[in-house]
Amino acid sequence: MSEPELTRPVMETDIVCAGFGPAAGGFLTTLARRLADPSKPPIESRAMPGLPLQVVCYERADDIGFGVSGAVTRARAIRESFPDLDPAAIPMAAAVSREKLVYLLDPIGASRRPAALRLADRLIRALGSVLGLEHEALELAWLPAFLKKEDGLVLSIAQFNQWVGQQLLMTGAVQIWPGTPVADIVVENGTVAGVRLMDQGVDRHGKPAAGYQPGMEVRAALTVAADGPVGAVGRRLDAAFGTPEGFDNREWAIGMKFVIELAGQAELETGTVIHTIGYPEPEIFGFLYVHPERIASVGIFVPSWFDNPARTAYRYLQHYIRHPYLWRYLEGGRLRSWGAKSIRESGRRGEPKLAGNGYARIGEGSASTNVLTNSGVDEAWATGVMLAEAVIELLEQGKPFTRENLEASYVARRRASWVEKEARMAEHARDGFHRGFLSGLAGVALAGLTRGRLRLPGRPRKPAPSLEEYFRGRIPPEEIARIRAECARQNRPLHDALMERAGWPPIPLDGRLLVSHQDALLVGGKVQAPPGVADHVVFLYPYLCEECGMRICVEICSGEAIQPRADGPPVFEREKCVHCGACVWNCPRENVLLEAGAGGLHSAEN
Amino acid sequence: MNLSFHIVVCAGIVPDPLQTLEPVIGDSGPALKNEMLLPAVLDPWAAHALYEAAHLARGHAGSKVWLVSLSPRAKLQQVMMTVAQKAPFELVALDGPAGGFTDSAEVAGALAAAIEAIPGLDRSRLLLFGGWESAARGAGTTLAMVGERLGIFDQFQGVDELRVEPDGSLRILERVEGGRHQISRCAGPPAVLGWATGSLAEPPNQPQLGMQNMRTILPALQRAQSVALPAAELRFVRVALPSQQRQTRIVRDVAAEEVAREIVDWIRG
Repeated sequence: MSEPELTRPVMETDIVCAGFGPAAGGFLTTLARRLADPSKPPIESRAMPGLPLQVVCYERADDIGFGVSGAVTRARAIRESFPDLDPAAIPMAAAVSREKLVYLLDPIGASRRPAALRLADRLIRALGSVLGLEHEALELAWLPAFLKKEDGLVLSIAQFNQWVGQQLLMTGAVQIWPGTPVADIVVENGTVAGVRLMDQGVDRHGKPAAGYQPGMEVRAALTVAADGPVGAVGRRLDAAFGTPEGFDNREWAIGMKFVIELAGQAELETGTVIHTIGYPEPEIFGFLYVHPERIASVGIFVPSWFDNPARTAYRYLQHYIRHPYLWRYLEGGRLRSWGAKSIRESGRRGEPKLAGNGYARIGEGSASTNVLTNSGVDEAWATGVMLAEAVIELLEQGKPFTRENLEASYVARRRASWVEKEARMAEHARDGFHRGFLSGLAGVALAGLTRGRLRLPGRPRKPAPSLEEYFRGRIPPEEIARIRAECARQNRPLHDALMERAGWPPIPLDGRLLVSHQDALLVGGKVQAPPGVADHVVFLYPYLCEECGMRICVEICSGEAIQPRADGPPVFEREKCVHCGACVWNCPRENVLLEAGAGGLHSAEN
Repeated sequence: MNLSFHIVVCAGIVPDPLQTLEPVIGDSGPALKNEMLLPAVLDPWAAHALYEAAHLARGHAGSKVWLVSLSPRAKLQQVMMTVAQKAPFELVALDGPAGGFTDSAEVAGALAAAIEAIPGLDRSRLLLFGGWESAARGAGTTLAMVGERLGIFDQFQGVDELRVEPDGSLRILERVEGGRHQISRCAGPPAVLGWATGSLAEPPNQPQLGMQNMRTILPALQRAQSVALPAAELRFVRVALPSQQRQTRIVRDVAAEEVAREIVDWIRG
């Protein structure tokens, strides 16, 4: 006997927003102020006549301060929204006090440096006393203007989001609901008519089980996609309406960071910002930001052009913090929390359709992140503000949210904005990295200094090499085969064994700052994976996983949530997943699907 | 016979239990370091009490649930975004410290006064729910004192089950030593029930319910009165976290009995 089919509940609202991050913060702040402004005529709900405009925002994570990252930002758009902003009002926020760009040499000799860089390193060491080489690092005397974050803020985006969210809720003009993933969009006659929330009471494969509760359909005249770089709503919009000609979204980076409580002796002024290049691998950039009360965010970006098929952000981050230049500050500190996220780094070339009938996209998922200035928070906020201004304009004029109206109001604002202007400068800034580290740096400098007018030509992106190719000259193929067999027998990833064989020393775990990856999952974070929801990471075709000799998804997984298995696709343990999306970006066969999902492991200090 | 209840659930908020907590001594006494940065949840025992209250109210038409919380308003607002989706209730909010370094008698006084001021509350139908323990105030004494101040002397602690009999009497299972339950009977409300874990799972999020609840939650938060808890008489000799030892190992395809045996061996050292 079949189970009776449950009716999917339906709710009518006016505007539904998927995801609460800086973009949604800018959007809702601007919109809520207008709606709550007693000096302006009220805007009535069409969905619920007689009531004010109904605006609802759904956030996937269990709280509005989870699953995001720390940042340094110029905060231009944020300050425009909050002209009297006092950083002291936001936990972990500080004004940028000093900024440095530092080239880190390799004190171990294990990183894979091109010959030209090795030569440069030798020269730097030879001229060390003249150049000011200290702690195996060279503080560069000049910081390019396009990288500077002067007058900006060091933020914990989690704490910033909470601060924004608290103010928004107290206006009573908008509602924000965490713990509520948006699974899909509702499309009717070429128009987005709302969203569908995630089903509950289902098994791991999404099949109805005990307590089945179909996800509610939330119907709205406008659906705002603000669900970040790997959001389900953004992807569904692409699938339903296609992408613009020339769309190329294949550049990304995985950002991983530690939040560290500094030891007493560390001399670091609050607001200090240090950008690093050169180590642990030349392709991996790093950062250290100092928050108030002796807390620091320290992290790395592992970019798409770093082609180690056994790439692991966690292990590299541990080596990074142990670099003598950083370790003198960090030694004796304590790990407070840890986190990771992916960053869309394709710039304008990865821009999807920004608006259509019944929908608009803002924030990182709309390709607002600037890959030249390494800035995304402020740009995301600005796009949210622009959409809110457009929406207010359309509402006041009584115009519907059609593609034409949204293009004339929202997209036109974007095209005329500083976000767009700077994105154009940045469009080809990183092309050179596919030729090599030095040409990549030269390309960034050229684009930055000429404001995008000149650029180094790029090279088509190559697929990741095999392990044997990557470690050629460093680890013999037969030894790679032995390591591979050994790790397969133990069901563990390859990266630790390969890195140690390539010369990276074991990490001396101290239980305070240097802890195992598994233990890091439990430091300062919140392990949460509610029962009764489907797995959000799906390996589409098991045979493709079986054929895959790379398993980059296992190596890169930020939370060790994807584990190897002797036969069949890898094992996914959703309790450990931080929803960073590294598996999606790294799968060479595009065989990983990242759906909307609750839970994951998060820290409110990221 | 009218078998409807007015159920008041007392519930504080606490930092998520999986956060790294560290007691510090500040100007105003002990506190948890960076407490306001940490994600907060409804005190887990009180959360069970809320789910039980909602379940009881659902089964007895005409019943109503209030949630009374003394917590920092901004944090409470954040917690409500999730809790409001779990069960229907009306919030009574008091703005004050929730860190646990307060005198439970003072907290009980503030809560009792807030409950007495609830418009329309029928004391003859009152069931006072809460956690029998607290993640912040481990002694679990607050609820008992709230009950005493309200003049409710039928008090049950460590409750795992409440059954309403056809005659309106209450059959209550309380935890006792040895992993067993004591069965108590009570003629009916008013009564105090300090819940252990009960038997209900955390309800799934219900977005519509959240929106419905929020209509009363936001006004309640906006009018939340600030509560000062005089701590002059309170002196903390020592504050410390329980020592803990953690060892992580990943296993797959291992029988539950085998995992249990290994944990027992580990505990025994």
